[in-house]
Amino acid sequence: MGIRSRGDIIAGQLAKQLKPDHVGTLDITLYRDDLSGVAAQPVVRTTEIPFAIDDLDVVLVDDVLMTGRSVRAAIQSLMDLGRPRRIWLAVLVDRGGRELPIAADFVGMDLRGKIATGDQVRVRLRPTDPEDAILIEPGPGRNVSA
Amino acid sequence: MSERPAEYQWLHNHLLGLEELPVQDIRFLLQTAKGFEGISTRSVKKVPALRGKVVVNLFFEDSTRTRTSFQLAASRLSADVINFEAKVSSVSKGETLRDTARNIEAMGVDVIVCRHNLSGAVHQLARSVACSVVNAGDGQHEHPTQGLLDIYTVAKRYGREDYNLAGLTVAIVGDIAHSRVARSNIYGLLKLGAKVILVGPPTLLPSGFAELGCELSSDFDAVLPRVDVVNMLRIQFERIQGQVLPSLREYQHFFGLTRKRMRLARPDVLVMHPGPMNRGVEIDSGVADGPNSAILAQVANGLAVRMASLFLVTSSGRGELLEKGRGEEN
Repeated sequence: MGIRSRGDIIAGQLAKQLKPDHVGTLDITLYRDDLSGVAAQPVVRTTEIPFAIDDLDVVLVDDVLMTGRSVRAAIQSLMDLGRPRRIWLAVLVDRGGRELPIAADFVGMDLRGKIATGDQVRVRLRPTDPEDAILIEPGPGRNVSA
Repeated sequence: MSERPAEYQWLHNHLLGLEELPVQDIRFLLQTAKGFEGISTRSVKKVPALRGKVVVNLFFEDSTRTRTSFQLAASRLSADVINFEAKVSSVSKGETLRDTARNIEAMGVDVIVCRHNLSGAVHQLARSVACSVVNAGDGQHEHPTQGLLDIYTVAKRYGREDYNLAGLTVAIVGDIAHSRVARSNIYGLLKLGAKVILVGPPTLLPSGFAELGCELSSDFDAVLPRVDVVNMLRIQFERIQGQVLPSLREYQHFFGLTRKRMRLARPDVLVMHPGPMNRGVEIDSGVADGPNSAILAQVANGLAVRMASLFLVTSSGRGELLEKGRGEEN
């Protein structure tokens, strides 16, 4: 179950290898608790889950795990859609900085303790972006080559 | 799915009419509505987007379906909804409307959804309060959410995911003169590139609409074969002053969408009606309930459009609240 807008791409790539029974896309805009703090206009898009999620084992997939707020919103959204048997969490990058008691079950790149709080981690994925890349941009006042 | 430019911002804290709403904002609202469409089919038909907000339905004119639709839209967004029905005579306007609204606003309201029998009353309301105002129909002026849901229905049926309606021809048939639904449809459809033909008896078809870029006709039979969509309007008896029709029977003969007349239309023509219908006058039961009818789809789409409207007017100006130095949340 990929979280828009880049988790869904990773979920699609994982699904090619893992061949799960279902693949879905979750839009969590309406569940976010920080709408008033979001820079750009929040864009509500469709949640595409054309199957019942009751009693399923669901792997939530996201690009970057930081505060955990997106994951909390995604879990709440899934609970409103039904009652999954178990929810796992897979992320491409865990950059640390949690504000909620949430941990990933599967992590592609663990950056916890390796970057500063102010550093920006950006994941670029085709076709949304022109390339596949994980970019670490130093925050203000830091000079690090990534 | 087309991505909005990152710098795009919805900046309207009111939704008053489609005449003043720029085309990119109309498109953005319709795209937002698409995201809300699935909520009505889920096991929990609620999202927390407007949790803790208060929406007041302030209706100075009878309405069941529009008010119910707004009420349901607000509750699906987890807002608290209060219905305030204030029937007024035509003389106690002006200060009364303003005072009523400011009294309601003083209770800590976030959105006022207002319907009023006078054109422009909702605009006046928006100027006198600090909360958001959504126009649910003002006199003969505009009914923007109805216009948007009609456009949404057309775009969905013809697969226009970018909400560009170029190449489509829409006929709006009936009492154009008194119809706020017609006006909102006209403004929206023309901005999105559709061709609009207004059809009705000359007494209900003001010639000024030609200046907006509409084609005017009183020959329904000649227009019907050329259109992709036909939107049938109700005769607004409550707004008509004086004699404009010889008889309802004659009206039905020339402008009713009968089964017989449907044979002139394209086989896949989309038939719409904003409701409430006068079956047997502007539309036959066999057509209203037939395979070309989108009338019930309009009601369902109306819910998504109204959820998007309430969500966006309460979200405007969020960019200004941005905490400095904070990037996209993960």
